[in-house]
Amino acid sequence: MSTCDPTSEAELSDAIRAAAASDTPLAIRGGGTRGSSAAATGQPLRMSGITGITLYDPGALTLVVRAGTPLAEVEAALAAEGQRLPFEPWDGRALSGANGAPSIGGMVATNASGPRRIQAGACRDSMIGVRFVDGTGAVVKNGGRVMKNVTGLDLVKLMAGSHGTLGVLTEVGFKVLPASETVATLVLHGLDVPRAVAAMTAATAAPFEVSGAAHVPDGFGDGPATLLRLEGFEGSVLHRARELKRVLAPFGESHKVDGPGDWSRLRDGAFFAGATGAVWRISVKPTDGAHVAAALPQARLVLDWAGGLVWALVPEDLDLRAALAHVPGHATLVRASTEARARWGLFHPEPAAVTALSEGLRRKFDPAGILNRGLMRSRVPTPA
Amino acid sequence: MQMPIPDASVLSRKPEIVARLQAILPGDAVIFEPTEVKVYECDGLTAYRCPPLAVVLPSSTAEVSAVLRACHDLGVKVVPRGAGTSLAGGSMPTADAVILGVARLTEVLETDYANRFIRVQTGRTNLSVTGAVEAEDFFYAPDPSSQLACAIAGNIAMNSGGAHCLKYGVTTNNLLGVTMVLMDGTVVELGGAHLDAPGLDLLGIVCGSEGQLGVVTEATLRILRKPEGARPVLIGFDTSEVAGACVSDIIKAGVLPVAIEFMDRPCIRACEDFAHAGYPDVEALLIVEVEGSEAEIAEQLAKIVAIARRHNPVELRESKSAEESALIWKGRKSAFGAMGQIADYICLDGTIPIGELPFVLRRITELTASYGLGVANVFHAGDGNMHPLILYDANKDGDLDKAERLGFDILRLCVEVGGCLTGEHGVGVEKRDLMDVQYAPADLEAQLRVKDVFDPRWLLNPAKVFPLAVSESRRAA
Repeated sequence: MSTCDPTSEAELSDAIRAAAASDTPLAIRGGGTRGSSAAATGQPLRMSGITGITLYDPGALTLVVRAGTPLAEVEAALAAEGQRLPFEPWDGRALSGANGAPSIGGMVATNASGPRRIQAGACRDSMIGVRFVDGTGAVVKNGGRVMKNVTGLDLVKLMAGSHGTLGVLTEVGFKVLPASETVATLVLHGLDVPRAVAAMTAATAAPFEVSGAAHVPDGFGDGPATLLRLEGFEGSVLHRARELKRVLAPFGESHKVDGPGDWSRLRDGAFFAGATGAVWRISVKPTDGAHVAAALPQARLVLDWAGGLVWALVPEDLDLRAALAHVPGHATLVRASTEARARWGLFHPEPAAVTALSEGLRRKFDPAGILNRGLMRSRVPTPA
Repeated sequence: MQMPIPDASVLSRKPEIVARLQAILPGDAVIFEPTEVKVYECDGLTAYRCPPLAVVLPSSTAEVSAVLRACHDLGVKVVPRGAGTSLAGGSMPTADAVILGVARLTEVLETDYANRFIRVQTGRTNLSVTGAVEAEDFFYAPDPSSQLACAIAGNIAMNSGGAHCLKYGVTTNNLLGVTMVLMDGTVVELGGAHLDAPGLDLLGIVCGSEGQLGVVTEATLRILRKPEGARPVLIGFDTSEVAGACVSDIIKAGVLPVAIEFMDRPCIRACEDFAHAGYPDVEALLIVEVEGSEAEIAEQLAKIVAIARRHNPVELRESKSAEESALIWKGRKSAFGAMGQIADYICLDGTIPIGELPFVLRRITELTASYGLGVANVFHAGDGNMHPLILYDANKDGDLDKAERLGFDILRLCVEVGGCLTGEHGVGVEKRDLMDVQYAPADLEAQLRVKDVFDPRWLLNPAKVFPLAVSESRRAA
């Protein structure tokens, strides 16, 4: 199949207009690193020609960048000024095994957020503006380059995590933050999941700005490990590590490890790289992390977000959503065979009234249904 | 400011409509006598008034749903109202609309400290959310100046900010879930105590939608543990240019204060007379606040003071006590009230890129002089959200009109330099007709389509947010 490779927003608009007129579905490709767009059918639409940082103002903590730009290029530009994207986007390559380079558009379309989500918010929380081309070819902008903006409806948030189903992102504005001078992790050993969740929620409920709270039941070769990250100026990290040790004392003695540690592996679900089975990301309230673990005795798990995000490796034939039906939240299938993807669907079914709104928005923004056709549809709407 | 001509058929059916509402709600929850509905004729934008057809005060989500379904069936428009503190006319009535007030929905439904959330009914005031959790040393972060009075429903509708959002974000960043009733009475749950949406981020589009999409009756809000301590420092400068450069340097140095507030001389003087906060009489004053333990505060303040000294401040003073800190904030938070004692004013809310600050302040001075009016500036400097207060005399013929035209010029200036019309107050009716300054027709059309999905008959909060000409065909349909 031929591909579509626009090099400007105007070319992209023309291409989408033509595709809509001829009912040609388009499968939007960022870096191709997460594997989710592979589920969409259609002519590949590659965004790698729409690149470049259009504005970076370190003194205003703002960055505007075109959607096809590699994430690595943005992270390098920010690092040169001692800044970073606050939400620590996870890299899909560890699980998918793909060779591509993650792009800004793909990161935004999947609302990719890592361990720092609990302290700094999700990708969507750092987004301050978007430009996109909708399914009719119309170029739309919303928000802009300033971090406080309530002018009109917030399409910026709506576009985050919309997996290209409402429009093709061409440019995104972010609020960025200073990077941390010092990083340290407090590690507790030997806790079972309920105790680990209790330790993590005690830590996040303390005033010490824990920027990562994860539990690895398999540990790092020496039994279960519970990790609590602190970031900031050196003196501040030292102080908070001391205080947090006291908070954690009822759960055992914690050891401070300086430096970035294993957080990038945790961020990427790398513990399950190469392992057989389906990998799910399950979002629940933190204390329900223990209930998820109890309901999935056959699973290998890693808990992040103080228990609120559970990475689960399970047999492909397990109906995980049914097993967790009693726990409020949602489960996304992030890696599985084509058969398992087709059987379970990537996205969690929503109540009928919510599905009606989402489908209504898709029909308005993409009336011909050409953008990432097949993605993000609830397979079996549950009753409201 | 123009509003559509009221629907005569609705006005003539008032007895039928009131009877239908009375069949749903207890007697005291339906207000329809002309002298009584007058209480609801305006919100915080007092320059514009219009008594509504009727007012309903439901006490549960089920009652809200029944009211909306009835109004939907009857083809009657509904204007949702929180505490009525909107500065943008967000809950201003029309003569043919029913006001749906959430004032009786004030319960705390659930508090969960381990999972750091509180679930409340949305008529509850912002400050009383913190009040419900502060015994456990928690707080709700967004802190609009009106926080004593404003309701969570309005905070969600306007995506309200506050002085401390440089660090903690605005309402949308602290909102985990809502129970919302659509215009046809359908109740939807969006989000919850868990993070992020499984599908489209409908919670994200609902927050800040100014009552255009539905009526939010319950909200799950993030609560945070209070920091160990906080301390502001006052830094005074001879010019606003230097103050602006100092703000930029602080941020570039990697320090993230919890707040950076800016006041100019007219505002400093008014606040000092009002609150006796000990402000120095300077051209530009920054209040920079940092948080943490004593040692952390000292570490951050040392960095900030070193940067400030490079800009030759005429005054640099750290707060010495909790009382002094409270007084410093009292001065800032009473800025609007203090100015109100001196003159009538219009409070603007545009945001600009921080780097444009000196240019924009200079232009505001020039524009204000050209209209023969006065202006005082107070704003959140860390995020560029400005609040120029245009001073006028309501008793002087034509003065309000002049002040409004100056306000429009200043907001156009904000957009020209890369900013926006409103940072935290919302569009309402006040900035409705300026929307096409910031947005092209296709940009507005995309927003209208969202409204089409949630409220296909365009009955909710009519004639707000979008220029009348832009929404006319949909409202008429």
